[in-house]
Amino acid sequence: MKEVKISTRNLTLHYGTKMALNSVSLEIPAKQVTALIGPSGCGKSTYLRTLNRMNDLIPGVKTSGEILIDGFNIYDKDVDVVNLRKKVGMVFQKSNPFAKSIFENIAYGPRINGINNKNVLEEIVERSLRSAAIWDEVKDRLQDSALGLSGGQQQRVCIARTLAVDPEILLMDEPASALDPISTAKIEELIFELKNNYTIVIVTHNMQQAARVSDRTAFFYLGELVEEGKTRKMFTTPDKKQTEDYITGRFG
Amino acid sequence: MKRMNHKIKGGILISLTAGSVILIIAIIVLILTVIVIQGKDRLTWEFLTSFPENGMTEGGIFPAIYGTALMVLIMTIAAVPFGTLTAIYMSEYASESSVISKSIRFAVRTLATVPSIIFGLFGLGFFIKFVGTGMDNFFLGGELKWAQPNILWASLTMALLTLPVVIVSVEEAIHTVPRELREASLALGATRWQTILKVVLPGSKSGILTGTILAISRGAGEVAPILFTGAAYYLATLPTSLSDQFMSLGYHVYIMATQSANVDETMPIQYATTLVLLLLTFALNLVAVVIRYRFRKNKK
Repeated sequence: MKEVKISTRNLTLHYGTKMALNSVSLEIPAKQVTALIGPSGCGKSTYLRTLNRMNDLIPGVKTSGEILIDGFNIYDKDVDVVNLRKKVGMVFQKSNPFAKSIFENIAYGPRINGINNKNVLEEIVERSLRSAAIWDEVKDRLQDSALGLSGGQQQRVCIARTLAVDPEILLMDEPASALDPISTAKIEELIFELKNNYTIVIVTHNMQQAARVSDRTAFFYLGELVEEGKTRKMFTTPDKKQTEDYITGRFG
Repeated sequence: MKRMNHKIKGGILISLTAGSVILIIAIIVLILTVIVIQGKDRLTWEFLTSFPENGMTEGGIFPAIYGTALMVLIMTIAAVPFGTLTAIYMSEYASESSVISKSIRFAVRTLATVPSIIFGLFGLGFFIKFVGTGMDNFFLGGELKWAQPNILWASLTMALLTLPVVIVSVEEAIHTVPRELREASLALGATRWQTILKVVLPGSKSGILTGTILAISRGAGEVAPILFTGAAYYLATLPTSLSDQFMSLGYHVYIMATQSANVDETMPIQYATTLVLLLLTFALNLVAVVIRYRFRKNKK
């Protein structure tokens, strides 16, 4: 395995009294794509959201164990969640652009970091939109509302918005599940590009997608990490029967 | 036989409900017609822009319009930010099931049902007797300035009365801002407060506006809260300072109906004043309804 970016040790998470993650230990390599798969409710999205502490927002969540990013435990008491989230960006299942112009959507992150210089912002906006492979489609209408774009375009704008704060890790929660096949293909190509510069963790329900875009795959079931390894191996000769059953579509 | 029975029962129910509706509409139409017919002749530009004359048997109602507008303005400045902050706290910070949130909600609901005369008495006791006396003793060495009715205390009392309207409208609007947008903002490294300021509040703009307008239309028509706290029977000059008393439309109607020296002569003026007050509140409510309607349409 390449250099480890995220190292999870015995991570257990409860929603109130219900256990959602049971002692998950997982290493995620830098600048590769790791896919999290498993049936609905298996804990893969919950796990993804522990990586930028989005679960903190839900009342009644209790977490134990450690998640080390670059060797530092992000659940330490003195960790600044705001800084963590700048380093660990997130793209959501449903594209969620703000009711602002395309430009202002991308500039939102830089602006809250105190960047107000127009030239600097323009540069960041262009670079982010180019990285998200949507610059050519929107460059002539940056001042139009982002809500007027198609679903696939909106999702790429949301990816650009995430890139604009210069994260090191990208979390993607089923980023293409609401998109048509062509838009999905574009997002997948984009993921392939992005992994040169970012560590990507992606939750997906789509087995083919996991097989296509990821270097490693982790299979979750009932809040436990059943098996993880190189995607090619996971999809051809998994060690566990459960993994094989899920991947071949026997359940889930 | 049984079926027949059902039909008769249904028919009676329909006639009862329809009858009630017709009765209510008839009452409203009657009230409006009487007021419009009796008041319309007096309703001139001059009436709106001149002072009352000859013991209110002649002249206009300008000071009452001016006083109402000023009072409503001060009330809005007090009630809208305060109500908005409360709504933000309740929906963004306090968890739905927490004791604090439940008690605030209970307090707001109770506040909305308190009779308006109680607000008037509270204003008298709290603002004038307590705060006003305190200010006079502290700043002016006991000289009487703030410990008496004035437009500031009346407006603040009215602000308390309209606070629930603002809180409920703003909270509703805040709830319509999708969770996904908050998450998007937080995931970009925004603090909670930045998220509220840049995503939640802009998304609730029309709700805040609707709440403001409804509060204004409520405040413009109420009399009881300002009865002891600042409204005056008659003033020869317009209020120029927060410690001045003021005239108000609602109170003007009240005194003309109960304290008039010559009821026959003040009657037309009274109708015209009532008409002005009605038109004002109707217009404000209409604006609120339109904003709300357009807002809902945009959401879909």
